[in-house]
Amino acid sequence: MIVRFVVGFGRFWWDFIVGDDWKIAAGVAVVLAIGASLVAGTDLSDTAISLLAGAGILTVVTASIVAGARSAARNR
Amino acid sequence: MGWNTVGLALSTLLASAVEFVEAFTIVLAMGLTRGWRSTLAGTASALVLLCGVAAVAGYALINWFPKSLLQLIVGSLLLVFGLQWLRKAILRSSGLKALHDEDETFREETEAARLARGETRAGLDWFGFVVSFKGVFLEGLEVIFIVITFGLNAHSMPTAIAGASAGGAIVLVAGFALHKPLARVPENAIKFAVGLLLSTFGTFWSVEGLGVFKHGNASVHWPGGDAALLGVLAAWCTLSWIAVRLLSPYAVARVAEAA
Repeated sequence: MIVRFVVGFGRFWWDFIVGDDWKIAAGVAVVLAIGASLVAGTDLSDTAISLLAGAGILTVVTASIVAGARSAARNR
Repeated sequence: MGWNTVGLALSTLLASAVEFVEAFTIVLAMGLTRGWRSTLAGTASALVLLCGVAAVAGYALINWFPKSLLQLIVGSLLLVFGLQWLRKAILRSSGLKALHDEDETFREETEAARLARGETRAGLDWFGFVVSFKGVFLEGLEVIFIVITFGLNAHSMPTAIAGASAGGAIVLVAGFALHKPLARVPENAIKFAVGLLLSTFGTFWSVEGLGVFKHGNASVHWPGGDAALLGVLAAWCTLSWIAVRLLSPYAVARVAEAA
């Protein structure tokens, strides 16, 4: 009963936040982790950090859309 | 009124309107097939629970986290949330994914409700109560998530609440006037706009929040401050436009092959 509740609770939040493409969430997490290490470990300016992180997020989404398009085209 | 405020009001209005359309469709299907008493009881119960969730979550976020950490956490969540919408909207616009059809949802919900057994608990039709409760609670949770994250980050909870309330009011008035699922609402166009706005604010705030890893936890500043939001929005619009343009012929070719 408790295990079922925990599994259901976890699944609900996974579906709610991550949705049906975990790769976007994973990609964003990787980009932000790299951004965090740049902030903590280098002297890069805020401008450089924000532009690099923004470009990284755009790249992740582009890759996800291309992968989604390939998958959708295969499934038609 | 700054860009943050205008974007905030518009984002919460559009996002809540989409969620209200989905909730309204479920409630209407249950009301017409299982009776309004149990359906409205389920809807009211969900609304009460949502008020509690909103109060607890809002209090916890305001009091437990420093500003940059809050920006990082809610910005990242908003970004992932918005990107899911944007990705689906791009695939739908290009024809690689079927459009979401509220009429079809209404038919499916109605058919499921007709086939369900009639079980009565506490004087209520249990199926109608549970389905309307779950539908309203899940869609309402998405609205609360957007209102809290936007309201806290833009320091204007009243604007976020007003935007979401306006979205809900528009859908309710239109829904009751038409007395049918709002299939004519161009849902994918609205989801496209919401996906762009959520992704823009999510990108902006999550990157600002990286400042939590600095000495002193000061937020990372984008070049140009809040005006950078327009640049981020332009980048997402450009990426989406290119994606739809490039993918559309591919989708047409695949359909032709299948035929």
